[in-house]
Amino acid sequence: MIPAAFEYSRATSVDEAISLLAASDGSAKVLAGGHSLLPLMKLRLARPERLIDIGRLDELRGVRQLSSGRVAIGALTTYDELMRSEVIGHYGLMNDALPNIGDVQVRNRGTIGGSVVHVDPASDMPAVLLALGADLLTRSPRGERTIPIGEFMTGPFTSVLEPDELLLEIQIPGGMPGFGSAYRNIEQPASGYSIAGAAAIVGREPGRSGPWDVISIAITGVGEIPYRATAVEEALRGGASPAEASAHASDGQTVNSDIHADAIYRAHVATVQVRRALETAIERASEG
Amino acid sequence: MAIDVLGAPVKRVEDQRLIQGEGNYLDDIKLASMVHMAILRSPYAHANIKSIDTSAAKSMPGVLAVFTGADIPYNPLPMAWPAGGSAGIQNNINMPRVLATDSVKWTGEGVAAVVAETAEQAFDAREAIHVQWEPLPTVVEVEDAIKDGAPQLHENAPNNTVFVWTVGDKDGTAAAIDSAEVVVKRRIVNQRLIPNSMEGRGDIGWYNPGTDEYTVWMSSQTPHIQRLLLTAFVTGIPEHKVRCISPDIGGAFGSKIFCYADMALVMFASKAIGGKPVKWVETRRENYQSTIHGRDHVTWLEIAGNRDGEISAIRVKTLANLGGRLSTVGPGIPTTLYARVLSGCYKIPNVFAEVTGVYTNTTFVDAYRGAGRPEATYVVERAMDLFAKEIGMDPAAIRRKNFIAPDAFPYENPSGLGTASGGAKIYIDSGNYEPALNRALVMSGYLDADKAKAEAKSRGKLLGFGLSSYIEVCGVAPSKWIGAVGEGWGAAMWESSNIKVHLTGKVIVTMGTQPQGQGHETTFAQVVSHELGVPMEDVIVQHSDTQGTPFGYGSYGSRSGSVGSHAAVKAAAKIREKARRYAAHMLEASPDDIEIDGANYSVRGSPDKVKTIQEIAFALDLGFSLPDGMEPYLDETVYHDTENCTWPFGTHVAVVEIDEETGAVELSKYVAVDDVGKKINPMIVDGQLHGGIAQGVGQALWEGAVYGGDGQLLSGSMLDYAVPRASWFPKLELDETVTPSPVNPLGVKGVGEAGAIASTAAVANAVADALSPLGISHVDMPLTPARVWGAMQAAKGGQA
Repeated sequence: MIPAAFEYSRATSVDEAISLLAASDGSAKVLAGGHSLLPLMKLRLARPERLIDIGRLDELRGVRQLSSGRVAIGALTTYDELMRSEVIGHYGLMNDALPNIGDVQVRNRGTIGGSVVHVDPASDMPAVLLALGADLLTRSPRGERTIPIGEFMTGPFTSVLEPDELLLEIQIPGGMPGFGSAYRNIEQPASGYSIAGAAAIVGREPGRSGPWDVISIAITGVGEIPYRATAVEEALRGGASPAEASAHASDGQTVNSDIHADAIYRAHVATVQVRRALETAIERASEG
Repeated sequence: MAIDVLGAPVKRVEDQRLIQGEGNYLDDIKLASMVHMAILRSPYAHANIKSIDTSAAKSMPGVLAVFTGADIPYNPLPMAWPAGGSAGIQNNINMPRVLATDSVKWTGEGVAAVVAETAEQAFDAREAIHVQWEPLPTVVEVEDAIKDGAPQLHENAPNNTVFVWTVGDKDGTAAAIDSAEVVVKRRIVNQRLIPNSMEGRGDIGWYNPGTDEYTVWMSSQTPHIQRLLLTAFVTGIPEHKVRCISPDIGGAFGSKIFCYADMALVMFASKAIGGKPVKWVETRRENYQSTIHGRDHVTWLEIAGNRDGEISAIRVKTLANLGGRLSTVGPGIPTTLYARVLSGCYKIPNVFAEVTGVYTNTTFVDAYRGAGRPEATYVVERAMDLFAKEIGMDPAAIRRKNFIAPDAFPYENPSGLGTASGGAKIYIDSGNYEPALNRALVMSGYLDADKAKAEAKSRGKLLGFGLSSYIEVCGVAPSKWIGAVGEGWGAAMWESSNIKVHLTGKVIVTMGTQPQGQGHETTFAQVVSHELGVPMEDVIVQHSDTQGTPFGYGSYGSRSGSVGSHAAVKAAAKIREKARRYAAHMLEASPDDIEIDGANYSVRGSPDKVKTIQEIAFALDLGFSLPDGMEPYLDETVYHDTENCTWPFGTHVAVVEIDEETGAVELSKYVAVDDVGKKINPMIVDGQLHGGIAQGVGQALWEGAVYGGDGQLLSGSMLDYAVPRASWFPKLELDETVTPSPVNPLGVKGVGEAGAIASTAAVANAVADALSPLGISHVDMPLTPARVWGAMQAAKGGQA
């Protein structure tokens, strides 16, 4: 397992990383935790001419509260750092999802930004971030832009990220009283990726009863890319129970099939994960 | 007096280096001027090679040579164990060449090799080799391969058939089945597995032009056998010109027993480039495609008996997938090592098996932990449960009813062990099966199964108990059996040991067998320390180098403890005998009057007249004063064969919970009561059981090599092939009964494969038990959530 030859540059600043990217005219890849990129390179399925190592850009690392009340997660923040973050600890679905990502070594090296830009169809974090309505802050020689994650992912392993554009941070809503969230999945045991995973968030003003103000469901492992399960959300808004609504988990999707699970099973088990995530989210919302 | 360490849970002495990163594995070896080899492998599962253009690769930076099959004058690899040997069974043999010449039969068969200054350069140049292929139709499943009109792999093997081999009484079994009250029939699949040793394979070949000799370092379980096969059969190089060395080995599970093309290739390459050492180390992907796979049977089983649960017959028809060409002993595994123990620990009077070996466009199949015996155990243990369910009998009760009785040993089973050709008389030497079953039932909570099932049901879980009562054939030795014409592999299987007590009283033991992580350096030191009365820390065990160790057959078949250790026991006895005679000389007494107590040799009746073995060794090794006819030095070698195999047994119980909504199976409890006879080191025995159980559970729940119809290995990496992880297991609860083997003085049996033999069936039976309220009697492995849920849906559909 030896990759094809490549050049290596270590960026000392975000701007340097971007100018290196711009100078390489699409033939370079950014190296962060390396847990998706390096295996592809070793199999020679990816052959970048240059790696731009951003691993030491500390300004891209860590979780901070923004003055707007939103929370910004640096693209280089590892899963392990997220698990240790007090701020992230308030998000039920993050607490559910993070310990199930890879193993200790993967969580020590793998970064949330790397997962987002890789757009693996069965990755857990994109579903969590989709449910949260995350925005992605990027920078290129043309300046910064903010891209809602739902518009960022365009297909398996593809996104709107330009070759000279770097993901800086991921912004998610701050934790709010009256909200509850959960993530439930069933994993393909070899890879640990989800056969089906569901992130659910429900919320309303504390003390109020009746319909939810916020309902957000996202699913991974089932479709071409992780997606918002709008049909489930609409059914819930229309008064359906979690069990009834979850039947719409894969509406409109071409459901994946592979040696581990055929499309019929995937579609079924997606409904189970959606219902379980919803039930837990509702329970957590009720607990305040 | 040295402490007697035999039977003590002594910590493994090799772990000092193996656990602390100080081991010396194949890829750790770096020799001066060493260069590197990469092998180009076929991307097609079945294709003709029209041409190979190596010119571009030869001009790449650092490249020293590029070889194709046409460059290599060696013979194909040897076939050491045709099914039935020359006993009238036609074997249509096709062996791999060192590099394929005309055609390839599986994805991953080697077609060219590059030698370069660095591994990176070799990998780069490999991409520049251009092969013109003519792809051919493929077939990967055994049932498809034997059909008329299927793609044919070899001209000499019509319908892709390697052999059709039978054992047992065909007519008697047919009569018993025809007249039985109850017959249960079932097709079951024992899926293909990938061995997944943590360290892959690799070799370094070095041709020394100064001496015209070769040294080959190899990650192999069998360096002595490989020297024999590589010289006498493959290369024609004289045996005394080749030295084979196995360094530390990071697991093997059978996959490193065999003669592989790369071993000969590094020898050829080193000589061709003028004598620089050539290293080849496989990648994990190569390991998956080009090192052997295991299992892969499709079996139609029939089990017959009466409504009281007495089993009268078992009959199987098995198709064994052997891959695109044969591995070294591929045909021996699904024949002798499988069907001769098909009746397991039961007194089943009629047994008949017909096994067809089949070529397909897949990687070759050979011995994987248990080798044939897990397949047999899976068949008979699933069959017992299917039969019990059919007549409404408790699975524990039907086992108890059919166990071979404790007073029936030695027992000759009806699938031919006792009548194997060549005059061998192999029988099951000992056993007492019921106590282990009873203990396992108590430990597992089996007696309260209904309560546990009701409690689980209230949580949305289907709970099941699964039993597996097994026997293992260990100590695969007796040469009269395994070497018999028509039965085994045409060679002996004794073991060897040399013991030297040096001047300072320190002891060096060299063994013909060798370890892949089992702790031989500890185990054999315990045995020799016990036998000679010297402290264990004064004993060192050496192995794995054909220069300086006596010939041995290597480590597999759970044989090193039961066969190898007795070579050491006998060598120690010879040491003691010579020491006794020399003590008599020193003490001016008759040898008959010398009493031995541990390390002390004293004159009977005069305990103050005593010499220790260290004092004896000092004087005898110097040899200034010797009795007439005695040679100096305490140095003895023994070649030891056995009279019979050893027969561990036990009962394992698995408890599983199935999520009714997702079909996900969780192993919630695992109990194993094993009888491996006396234990030399109980901690090592427990470790072997833990690993074996995990591997067997892996087959039941997670593992499976899957090919696409085009012969591409879809489970081609650890992203798609699920190797079990420790966190997926409950605490394994172990207990024992002890029935010493009567076959050998230590009373040991062997344990390397027991866990893997028993646990697969235990878990599969537990899943079937959990699903039985839905009317499901069997689901093929691996029991993934998708498969289990699919079976549940099908059953519900059937009810509607």
